[in-house]
Amino acid sequence: MNSGDTAWVLMSTALVLLMTMPGLAFFYGGLVRRKNVLSILMQCFIILCVISLQWVLFGYSLAFGPDFHGLIGNLNWAGLNGVGALPNPNYAATIPHSVFMVFQMMFAVITPALIIGAYAERVKFPAFLLFTILWATFVYDPLAHWVWGTGGWLKNLGALDFAGGIVVHVSSGVSALVLALLLGKRVGYNHKPIRPHNLPFTVLGAALLWFGWFGFNAGSALAADGIAANAFIATNTATAAAGLTWAVIEWWHNGTPTILGAATGAVAGLVAITPACGFVNPMNALFIGIAVAFICYLAVAVIKAKLGYDDSLDAFGVHGVGGTWGTIATGIFAEKAVNAAGNNGLFFGNVHQFLVQGFLVVVAVGFAAIMTIIIFKIVDALIGMRVEEKNEIVGLDLTQQSEAAYTVIE
Amino acid sequence: MKLIIAIIQPHKLDSVKAALEDIDVNLMTVTNVLGQGRQKGLTEIYRGAKEAGGLLTKVRLDIAVNEDFVEPTIKAITKGAHTGDVGDGKIFVVDLAECVRISSTERGEKAIG
Repeated sequence: MNSGDTAWVLMSTALVLLMTMPGLAFFYGGLVRRKNVLSILMQCFIILCVISLQWVLFGYSLAFGPDFHGLIGNLNWAGLNGVGALPNPNYAATIPHSVFMVFQMMFAVITPALIIGAYAERVKFPAFLLFTILWATFVYDPLAHWVWGTGGWLKNLGALDFAGGIVVHVSSGVSALVLALLLGKRVGYNHKPIRPHNLPFTVLGAALLWFGWFGFNAGSALAADGIAANAFIATNTATAAAGLTWAVIEWWHNGTPTILGAATGAVAGLVAITPACGFVNPMNALFIGIAVAFICYLAVAVIKAKLGYDDSLDAFGVHGVGGTWGTIATGIFAEKAVNAAGNNGLFFGNVHQFLVQGFLVVVAVGFAAIMTIIIFKIVDALIGMRVEEKNEIVGLDLTQQSEAAYTVIE
Repeated sequence: MKLIIAIIQPHKLDSVKAALEDIDVNLMTVTNVLGQGRQKGLTEIYRGAKEAGGLLTKVRLDIAVNEDFVEPTIKAITKGAHTGDVGDGKIFVVDLAECVRISSTERGEKAIG
C-alpha cells in the first residue's frame, strides 16, 4: 500500500466527479435553448445520484467482479461485499480496493451522461431515467468488464484502452447516434444547429472538463508515478493542439475563429487522447490532437449537416468519432518505451496491436448499437421516450420539472 | 400608415419571418414578452411551494407598413403563426401618425420601407 498513490487516486476521483457535475452539465446546458437548460442540469445531477447507487449495489460487481466466461462479473461483490481497505492486486496493488471501486464509479457516472447530448431537449424524464439505468447495467457494465475486468475477453486479446476511449467514449457516442436516429429531430430542427442560449456556460463547462480530465486520464495510472505524469502531459498537449487546430480550421473555412469551436476542439482532443495517454509520448499526442480536430470538424460541421440527423449537441460527432480515432491512434502510436505494461503500435513495428484496436472498435460499435436499439424499444413501449410536441415546444423545464431557469420579470 | 403589433408563439418566429420576407416586408422590431390569454400557464413548484399558472413567454413583433401592405402583412403573420390551438397569439392594427427615418430625416410613407 502506498499513501501517495492512494491520495492521488482519491483526488482524481473527485476530479472525475467534477467532469459530470458541473463540467458536462454546463457544457451541454449552455448549448440548449433557455427553456431546456434545467432539464440538462437535472439529467446530469440525477445520473450522478442514480449511478453512484447502482455502482455500489451491483454495477461494480458486474463490471469488475469475479469473471464469468469473460463476459460479465458475477454478483459476489454486490453491495461492496469484500471491497474494502485491502488492495486487489489484479487492479491496483498499492491502493485500497475500495478506492479503485470509487474511482471507477465516476467513469460509470459520466458515460451515460455523455449520451444526453444526442437526446437533449426532447425526452420524458421517466423515460430518461429508465433508459439510463438499463444502459448503465446492460451496456456500460459488460463493456467495462470485457475491456478492463480481470478475465474480460477483450482484455485477454490485448486490447489497449488506458482511460476509456472505447468503454466511455465510443460506447456513449455510438449509442448517442442510434438514439438521435430513433428519436428523430427536434421540432424546428432544419439541418443547422439551434442557437446556444449561453455560450459562457458552455466555455465554463469545457474548461471544467479539461481540468477534471487530468483525474480521468492521469488518475487512470492508479498511481502517482511516471506513467501518470506522461498521461497528464499527453492529455494537456493533445487538448491544446486540438483546441487551437479547430479554431484555425474555422478561421480558414468560415472566416473567423470562434470560442465554441475552440472549446469543442479541446473536448475532442480530450476524448481522442483518453485511450492513448498512458501509452504514447507527448509529441505523438500532439499529432493525435491536431488530427482529431480535422476528423471531428468534418463529422460535426460537414457530414452531420449533409445527413440531417439531429445529434443535438454532437455527442456522436465528438465522443463517438473522437473516441474511435483515439482508439485506432493508440494502435498506431503506443510504445513500450512509455509504458512497459502496454505494447508497441504500428509505428513501432507491431501490426497486430493496430488490428486488435480496430477489432475493439468494431465490437464496441456493434454491441452498443444493438443494445441501445433494444433498450430504446423497451423504454419506448413502457413509457414512451419522447415528450408530446406541445410540451417540447413549451420546453422541458416547465413541462417535466415545473420550474424555470430564468425570470423575465420578477 | 399603420403599425401592426403581433403577439406570437416564440417557436413560430422563424416561419413568420420567412412569410414576411416572401412579401418583401423586411423591417421589424422583435421583443420577448410575457403574457396571458386563453391558453393557461403552467404551474411552477419551488421547494414545494406551487405558483399556479404563470405568464407564458411570447414574442412581439412591431411592424410599420404603408396601407397597401396591411392585408398582405396580416396574411403572412397568420400563415406563419397559425396552428389552430389557443395560444397562437393576436394581431393588432393601429393608425400610425408619423414615421421619421433618423439617418435621412425622411418623413411619412417614404420613411417606412
